[in-house]
Amino acid sequence: MTTPMVHASQVRKSFGPLEVLRGIDLDVAPGEVVVVLGPSGSGKSTFLRCVNHLESIDGGSIHVAGELIGHRVHGRTVHHLRPSRITAQRRHIGMVFQQFNLFPHLTVLGNIIEAPVGVAGAAKADALRHARELLDRVGLAEKADAYPKQLSGGQQQRVAIARALAMRPKLMLFDEPTSALDPELVGEVLQTMKKLAEDGLTMVVVTHEIGFAREVADRVVFMDGGVIVEQGPPAEVLDNPRTERTKAFLNQVR
Amino acid sequence: MLHDSPPIEGTEIDVAGARKVRHPWRWVASVVLLVLLAQLVHMLVTNENFEWGVVASYLNAQIIGQGLLMTLELTVIAMFIGILGGVLVAIGRLSENPLLRAVCSGYVWFFRGTPLLVQLVFWYNMSALMPQLSIGIPFGPAFAQFETNSVITPMTAAILGLGLNEIAYMAEIVRGGLITVDGGQQEAAAALGMGRGRTLRRIVLPQAMRFIVPPTGSQVINMAKATSLVSVIALADLLYTVQSVYNRTFQTIPLLLVACIWYLVITSVLYIGQSFIERHYAKGSTRAAPQGFLAFALLRRRKPVRSE
Repeated sequence: MTTPMVHASQVRKSFGPLEVLRGIDLDVAPGEVVVVLGPSGSGKSTFLRCVNHLESIDGGSIHVAGELIGHRVHGRTVHHLRPSRITAQRRHIGMVFQQFNLFPHLTVLGNIIEAPVGVAGAAKADALRHARELLDRVGLAEKADAYPKQLSGGQQQRVAIARALAMRPKLMLFDEPTSALDPELVGEVLQTMKKLAEDGLTMVVVTHEIGFAREVADRVVFMDGGVIVEQGPPAEVLDNPRTERTKAFLNQVR
Repeated sequence: MLHDSPPIEGTEIDVAGARKVRHPWRWVASVVLLVLLAQLVHMLVTNENFEWGVVASYLNAQIIGQGLLMTLELTVIAMFIGILGGVLVAIGRLSENPLLRAVCSGYVWFFRGTPLLVQLVFWYNMSALMPQLSIGIPFGPAFAQFETNSVITPMTAAILGLGLNEIAYMAEIVRGGLITVDGGQQEAAAALGMGRGRTLRRIVLPQAMRFIVPPTGSQVINMAKATSLVSVIALADLLYTVQSVYNRTFQTIPLLLVACIWYLVITSVLYIGQSFIERHYAKGSTRAAPQGFLAFALLRRRKPVRSE
């Protein structure tokens, strides 16, 4: 068996007295697309943010591509990693945010080449060539020199996807990528994500788009109350949910 | 009643030729202002106590130029210290280290809470507090010792006083700018594998600059004028120089006018420079660039679009 791209084991996380993740076990195979569904407050976004250590975890462990995230094992003790090592680990994990978080003072190209040139040490000419390829891939080749504020929400999110891809990530995390978009702009972003999935990118997607889950996901994970309630192929989970909680949630979002 | 007159029967209403609203009070206010301005000009021209001839003769005098240079030098050095130190103290106040946060807050509290004039006199009199300064191991042996009076000249006292005070104000301005940048920006940078230093330099500070530059501009203008306080510690800046002249010639008013004219020249140049810097950092924001001094001075207005 190959090393899973994500291997989460008994992940626990609290914000003060509030226990947000209560023992999450999840493996994601290379090339797999996993869609995480669940009501707000179920911990799904928090879990996603733990995978690239934007949030630290309080217990359990997360491996990405076989590498322990945020910690190292020395003999029989586990140590926290120093910030510079955590920073380095994140370079292989792309993330797309609900609010896009593009850098408003940089052009589209500037946004995309910032990390490859500044962090990964790519030559500027190579980074620019790669950036234009990526813009072509997300269908925004003509917007290379625009500033983020001059783009629609859907275009901004597609630039954000290109920006994450510029680091050639092994894994892409999507945190409600269409939730901040006007309804008519959701489709273009989902279409872009579908293309990435077809190209074989490993993706973990937190979303409320049931249609996307049905069409693109290899596996749907339903979370509630900080635990995984149910998971399986989309047809199974979405059409024949086994638990009442899943049923109730699906009835609400449909 | 909503209408002054009944709608015109049988015709489509077209507002294109509508009469403008009249503003009689604007005319009244303008006339009053013009009269006051005329009085002011009349007074400036006819009052012989201004001694404009003396003003003209001293405006270019070499001794005044030396004072002017000192004022400019102090402004540049003190602002350089203030901006550099201000960034460091601002970062310290946002640090995760509670002791560093407390020390930086305490610094701002002390230097903003005591008058600049008092601080200047204090630095000037350092030798009364510590006759000797030494460099060495804390609480241990000293490697080198200096007489305080040989180190703290009026110039160093002025630079210390103005610079350390400015750090406190700049720290608050920089901190204010840094916290306006959305936290999502740092998260996005972190997710791309950028370290904290790089994120601050490349992502956060450039965005914060839009909020830092305008108040920093007023700080520079304030500093250019605040340097006049160093005249109390006998440093020959612009004000001290004119004072030294009128103490000899008793031409107090014209020489103060010479100083005022030069301070106005300095602050006007600074203001123009500021508007250029502001435009640079407005990149990527949809908000229109602020109207600059030149455009304003030349009465350039954004003309309303007219259709034929």
